[in-house]
Amino acid sequence: MKINWSWFHKWTSPKWFFQMSEAWLPWLTWLAISLISVAVVWGLAFAPPDYQQGNSFRIFYIHLPSAILAQSVFIFMAVAGLVSLVWRVKLADIFIKVAAPFGAAITLLALLTGAIWGKPTWGTWWIWDARLTSTLIQFFLYLGVIAIFAAMETVESAGRAASLACLVGVVNVPIIKFSVEWWNTLHQPATFTLTEKPAMPAEMWLPALIAIIGFYCLFGAVTFYKMQSEIIFRERRSRWVQERFNPDKTHVTSSEEN
Amino acid sequence: MRQLIATELRLLYRRKQELVNPLLFFVLVCSLFPLAVSPEVGALEQIAPGILWVAATLASMLSLDMLFRHDYDDGSLEQLTFSDRPLYLLMLVKIVCYWLMSGLPLVLVSPLLGLMLFLPFDAMPEMILSLLLGTPVLAMLGSVGAALTVSLRKGGVIVALLVLPLFMPVIIFGSSAVVAAAQGLPATGQLLWLAAFAVAGICLAPLATATAVRIAVSCD
Repeated sequence: MKINWSWFHKWTSPKWFFQMSEAWLPWLTWLAISLISVAVVWGLAFAPPDYQQGNSFRIFYIHLPSAILAQSVFIFMAVAGLVSLVWRVKLADIFIKVAAPFGAAITLLALLTGAIWGKPTWGTWWIWDARLTSTLIQFFLYLGVIAIFAAMETVESAGRAASLACLVGVVNVPIIKFSVEWWNTLHQPATFTLTEKPAMPAEMWLPALIAIIGFYCLFGAVTFYKMQSEIIFRERRSRWVQERFNPDKTHVTSSEEN
Repeated sequence: MRQLIATELRLLYRRKQELVNPLLFFVLVCSLFPLAVSPEVGALEQIAPGILWVAATLASMLSLDMLFRHDYDDGSLEQLTFSDRPLYLLMLVKIVCYWLMSGLPLVLVSPLLGLMLFLPFDAMPEMILSLLLGTPVLAMLGSVGAALTVSLRKGGVIVALLVLPLFMPVIIFGSSAVVAAAQGLPATGQLLWLAAFAVAGICLAPLATATAVRIAVSCD
């Protein structure tokens, strides 16, 4: 069977990606804004309060999506890293560069909302629980990728180094997760554990689901937007960028060429 | 290949100061804790496994710089990438030699520090064994970070940022093996896990290191 790879080549062309993402961006942006606002309003104002935690559980509608994204953004980055190292796709580098700060920010958001939620529920801002610890380590992994981009002098080597770091990181994430869980069962903290989640009624989990989709759309919108500016910067000398953003000047140069 | 091993060991041996510095760091960090926490036996013997493991990890992170720095500066790292032998094999040789000259001395010094920190005597074999299994993993994981940052003039802090999160599983299992032994519990499980990490590291890390070396060499 012959697989048609033309879509792949198309998507990896910065110019084509720029045009596509330009068409998608407004849709994604509005989808993100509307989904997140629906979820937040529904979750904060209309969802029934938890029978144990009362209203304090409502931060869950921010906490859950950000915690989910904290993990999946890194997996996306690792996939992009593989694509970048194997096929030398520039776009994948750009994606990693743009996604890393978003991932770090969303992980920080997950940690902060977790801390705020932890105070009323567990009585403490922070415990060295397995999940919290591995999220913290995940945050450090994001910072490492960001540091590579900040330190490397050439764009290309930074992209490839960051791709490798993402791959090595993603191989280690399950090991870290597992060992942190082991470590936690060894020195079990006094009492604090998440109480068994009650079987949620639909009015409670539906806003959460909407919020998750909304956060993914937000991630898509932010990445597309930032990737566009990165593409324009990197391709600033190419013809299509000049023609697009500097039409008068290109006209002059092309007439000079003639 | 044998020649590479001999050259590598001889080169490392001739940089005595660089080999000694991480060891001194290890000893110094360990002797800071009694000053800062408490010199009493009861307090120290409880935290001794943790101190030893954290200090050993930091010391092996500091010594990572000598793995590729000189070879990169004088161009021999680039020469290695042109060899007709697979690069990951050469990297494996380099990392093993590096561990023999930096990790092994660390393991050999550790009983002395264990005594100074009042680590229970029964836990000594487990402590040595855990370091013996764990420091190669640190060298393997660290080599990826060292290779990635070798082209940077100020790579030091970035190496820490890249490598320390990856070191955490090793610290967890290493120190918990010592803690278990100090409490008279069997530490076989933790030690076996460290051995598994070592095997996985030896198989996988040289591949990543080779890729990282190619990136570092190609960028200038």
